[in-house]
Amino acid sequence: MRRVKDLTMKKLFKSFLAAIAVSLTFAAAPAAFAAGGPVALDAIPAQKLSDRAAMQNGAKTFMSYCLGCHGLSAMRYSRLADIGMTEEQIKAVMPPGAKPGDYIRTSLNRAEAKDWFGAAPPDLSVTARSRSSHSGAGTDWIYTFLRTYYEDASRPTGWNNKTYVGVGMPHVLWDAQKSKSPAEFDSMVGDLAAFLNYVSEPAQFSRKTIGMVVMAFLAIFFVLAWRLNKVYWKNIK
Amino acid sequence: MASEKNVTTTGLLGWIDTRFPLTKLYKEHLSEYYAPKNFNFFYFFGSLAMVVLALQIITGIFLTMHYKPDASLNAAGVPVAFASVEYIMREVPFGWLIRYMHSTGASAFFVVVYLHMWRGLIYGSYRSPRELIWIFGCAIFLCLMAEAFFGYLLPWGQMSYWGAQVIVNLFSAVPLIGPDLSVWIRGDFVVGDATLNRFFAFHVIAIPLVLVGLVAAHIIALHEVGSNNPDGVEIKKNKNAEGIPLDGIPFHPYYSVHDILGIAGFLILFCAVVFFAPELGGYFLEFNNFIPADPLVTPPHIAPVWYFTPFYSMLRAVTDLFTWVMVASAGLGALAVLRARWPMMIKGGAIAALLVLAITFRVFDAKFWGVVIMGGAVIILFFLPWLDHSPVKSIRYRPNWHKALYMVFLVNFFILGYLGVLPPFPFGQAYSLVGTVFYFAFFALMPIWSRIGDFKPVPERVTFKPH
Repeated sequence: MRRVKDLTMKKLFKSFLAAIAVSLTFAAAPAAFAAGGPVALDAIPAQKLSDRAAMQNGAKTFMSYCLGCHGLSAMRYSRLADIGMTEEQIKAVMPPGAKPGDYIRTSLNRAEAKDWFGAAPPDLSVTARSRSSHSGAGTDWIYTFLRTYYEDASRPTGWNNKTYVGVGMPHVLWDAQKSKSPAEFDSMVGDLAAFLNYVSEPAQFSRKTIGMVVMAFLAIFFVLAWRLNKVYWKNIK
Repeated sequence: MASEKNVTTTGLLGWIDTRFPLTKLYKEHLSEYYAPKNFNFFYFFGSLAMVVLALQIITGIFLTMHYKPDASLNAAGVPVAFASVEYIMREVPFGWLIRYMHSTGASAFFVVVYLHMWRGLIYGSYRSPRELIWIFGCAIFLCLMAEAFFGYLLPWGQMSYWGAQVIVNLFSAVPLIGPDLSVWIRGDFVVGDATLNRFFAFHVIAIPLVLVGLVAAHIIALHEVGSNNPDGVEIKKNKNAEGIPLDGIPFHPYYSVHDILGIAGFLILFCAVVFFAPELGGYFLEFNNFIPADPLVTPPHIAPVWYFTPFYSMLRAVTDLFTWVMVASAGLGALAVLRARWPMMIKGGAIAALLVLAITFRVFDAKFWGVVIMGGAVIILFFLPWLDHSPVKSIRYRPNWHKALYMVFLVNFFILGYLGVLPPFPFGQAYSLVGTVFYFAFFALMPIWSRIGDFKPVPERVTFKPH
């Protein structure tokens, strides 16, 4: 009798798992509907995302090409030390008049920008996260977007983009693309995306390191809890 | 006064016990609360829900120290509320950890509560004498949904904003008072600063206060009647000479050490998400919610967070076609009443009421009935103790086809949940309609189907294998 009941429980649990599996399989089918975006995203070279030199390059590119219109207003210049930049290096990329403790803000006037581009250029502090989708990470989107500009005379700026059709932003990196080989340009854009990825969540690297320690602690705690439980329950007949 | 009480403890504890029932409470709720010894895996989730509640309250308190419910734009053109969340993520020491614990905790709360409810459903834990435990539990679930809904507006991202907009707009479908009602809820004609501030007030004090009170009532009611178990056997029917249930064991230490094991297992999964996948692929933190709220830009696809999606699917299933299904159900109900052996007066009244209802199904907007169906899907749970007429409590002793039916119910709930994440598409819409009808039919017809079939004999004592 006892064994029979045990089996029932196991069967119930198994069918519970099976139920989840069935619904997930079912669910996977229409997943294609959720995917969006007119072009398939190119994946950013993965090693760039944890490469400090790449992020530093990206920071320099950002300050010279992007900061004119886009801010990283959640972030202070001094935090660039996190990716290994020295105080001198940070000061070298800061716009004149800025202090290390200042937030990275654009000097562009939002109201004027709206008149010029149709919309004020967005703050890019968390863009590497917000552009994530089920078709790719936000960094893949940035990496693809900045490499898919093409000339289009019908647009006010003369530029259009395959990833973001009808984008208000002109091809700011055009002179860089013109003067570099395709591989060099890809690398430059990859570095920029890696920097924006860091900016989107500065805690992401320490988070994973701390996470490993926490998991190790919990593994030991789990074993102790399991043995403690076993010792107590030995008495229950 | 003190002399009237029989206090056996001495020293400091004795001093307290003459003034406060500390030892009495400890015994009643821990050391001499006898729980059935045959609890299984599903019985971890009650204590885990308490753990998550505590986590949410503690992390929530620390978040309010830096969060600012302010919809105005800062110098960089970012809403202050949105920017304050990013401030917590970057500048508050370990703010990211507190925030991820809170955001993951919201989803974890629903994971454990859904499993806890499923446990109650399959083992008949809502049956007499545990109806009030179940009702308090359903009220907790409602509060939890309200708490999650109010809290989701606070980061002031696009999904926060438009999710609130969609849900509050639903109230405008209420006949006559709808438009005024939705303005009253928002405190403005659109979701704005007034809405953000009142949602903050509800999220941080009003709802948690009710929630904690209900949890206390839930546990007091549980300890009054005793826990059910996977066999659905009343352990209080078999007591020893001292009046202790033969199949009962003291909650402390046996279930306290057991629950510590459960907490350890839970924390491993919880921390894996917090530290390694806090967005969980966009299901725990939606990607679009990293775009600051913009009242002028409607996102192409507005999806609620995963825990609301089964009910969201039901809401979307209610189109003009569905109102005909509702008319047909009212008609079937009227036919059933016609055949019932009730007094003529009651019969006539019931049939008339159903026919009037059938007309209103077509007269009022389908959007309004969508809201009713979505709310009804939760409200119907309250009535479960009186819908189930099966002679046994636990699914273990029910006919096999009952077990199959519960599995279909579960799979249906999962599918509705998944469809609720996706933008509507024809097959999904068709399925949602069938799935919604099934969900309601499962409960509405339970008084009939739950009696039918070959039930297995229920043992006198619980089944337990020493481990």
